[in-house]
Amino acid sequence: MTEILERRAAITGIGQSQVGRRLFRDPLELTLDACLAAIADAGLEPAQIDGLATYPGATGPAGFSGAGITEVHDALRLELSWYEGGMESPGQLGSVINACMAVACGLATHVLCFRSVWEATAAAKTGAIGVAAAAGGGGRAGGVRASGAMQWSLPFRAFSAANWIALYAQRHFHEYGTTKEQLGQIALNARRNAAGNPSAVYRDPLSLEDYLEARVISTPFGLYDCDAPCDGATAVIVSRAEVAGDLRRPPIRVEAVGSALRGRPSWDQFDDMTTMALRDAGAMLWERTDLRPADVDVAELYDGFSFITLAWLEALGFCGKGESGPFVEGGARIARDGELPLNTQGGQLSGGRLHGYGFLHEACVQLWAEGGERQVTAREPQVAVAAAGGGPLASCLLLTRG
Amino acid sequence: MAEAPFRVLPKLTPLSEPFWTGGEHGELRFLRCTACRSWVHPPQPVCPGCYEKRLEPEAVSGRAHVYSFTVNHQAWIPGLDEPYVIAIVAIDEDPSLRLTTNLVDCAPDAVTIGMPVQVVFEPRDDVWIPLFRPADA
Repeated sequence: MTEILERRAAITGIGQSQVGRRLFRDPLELTLDACLAAIADAGLEPAQIDGLATYPGATGPAGFSGAGITEVHDALRLELSWYEGGMESPGQLGSVINACMAVACGLATHVLCFRSVWEATAAAKTGAIGVAAAAGGGGRAGGVRASGAMQWSLPFRAFSAANWIALYAQRHFHEYGTTKEQLGQIALNARRNAAGNPSAVYRDPLSLEDYLEARVISTPFGLYDCDAPCDGATAVIVSRAEVAGDLRRPPIRVEAVGSALRGRPSWDQFDDMTTMALRDAGAMLWERTDLRPADVDVAELYDGFSFITLAWLEALGFCGKGESGPFVEGGARIARDGELPLNTQGGQLSGGRLHGYGFLHEACVQLWAEGGERQVTAREPQVAVAAAGGGPLASCLLLTRG
Repeated sequence: MAEAPFRVLPKLTPLSEPFWTGGEHGELRFLRCTACRSWVHPPQPVCPGCYEKRLEPEAVSGRAHVYSFTVNHQAWIPGLDEPYVIAIVAIDEDPSLRLTTNLVDCAPDAVTIGMPVQVVFEPRDDVWIPLFRPADA
């Protein structure tokens, strides 16, 4: 069999900035806080970082990216052998997979990977979401016209990923009988876990009744099915495995990654809209390892919208296709002391939209048994999966301790 | 139709223009390969089935079925007349050919997956937005 090259990579440090709603702090400062914390956590000096990777780079609407490669490179005066940042990758963690490949191929030894957002502060400053630039609609009233992929959704006033993902959720409900109460378990579980995470943005108790009575956003999604914009940055250090053992921490091994997209790269032309790109990324991950879903001790699965987590549970084979609703029913199985502890930091629904990297960070926290009040203790986590992305974007990593 | 709701209009390109302007003639048009007969959407210069460059616009019947839908209640920007129905419809001539659209002339709580629908066009400036209403019984 071809060598599974990601096993030449290890995670050796993690860092996170202050996380919160409307911090009104310089986004580059938040980014650097996370980066320096991760470097120190690994027991490294900035001068030892020779690779840099991020998603999505300095691009997108205000708040979507707190810093790009160039700003971090220069601010830390790094001497880089390899770097990359961009959006056209398999989701947010595609940047981390790239870093694994860079160290595996010998292009770099220690790659600093980061993701930084300041969407809460940006929204407070501009008072509107990113489509504001389109005000006027491109017609006689002025404004900008939609082009590229956006021309197939914006003219129909499908402005938000909430709408696009709701269409997937509704199809899943239709084909498999998934219910709103089952979907709600993702939100309730996240909120329960957020209570144990001092950095989480929403920590007050949430009941099923609160969930069901919340304001409707886009059926079947209500307010608590949608993640919370926040400000914050997350960083991880990916090191070449053969030197990782000499650092401060026991390295976390990268057992396998999934980055596939075998269906059409489209929100509405994807072949099976009860699944997403996650189906392909999840399948690829298990093609690259002898471990099985039953070996996973903790699952950190993207929840930009609650339904995405259900789709990840199926994509990664924790339950059968179409069976995620019954799988999470009642919430006990996915609770911190359950069979498959899920989104132990509160996910993005209650932890804040750190956009993918928060799940990888938490997987490492759990494997290093540093979760404090939210640490999984029913057993000592040895194997964790971190997955990010939704719709036509997805990637995932299977991690093991030491 | 009541006062037309806010829409972001698409930018026309030589490739996309047949789709966005077919409504002027009451036609929903997609590109179709004259070599292998594949329907192609979104428009592109090469057929993804046979890689020939022999794509021509061709009208379909305008009949489709609802593949999925969502009722949007959120006022993403001022001036929306929420709630409104966003749907993905599968075109009858080739159900793998889908469009995101809005359903009109239909109460949001009357929409079901699988319901037959028929195209109607909303003219705006130089484009004709294809929307769908319940098909005649």
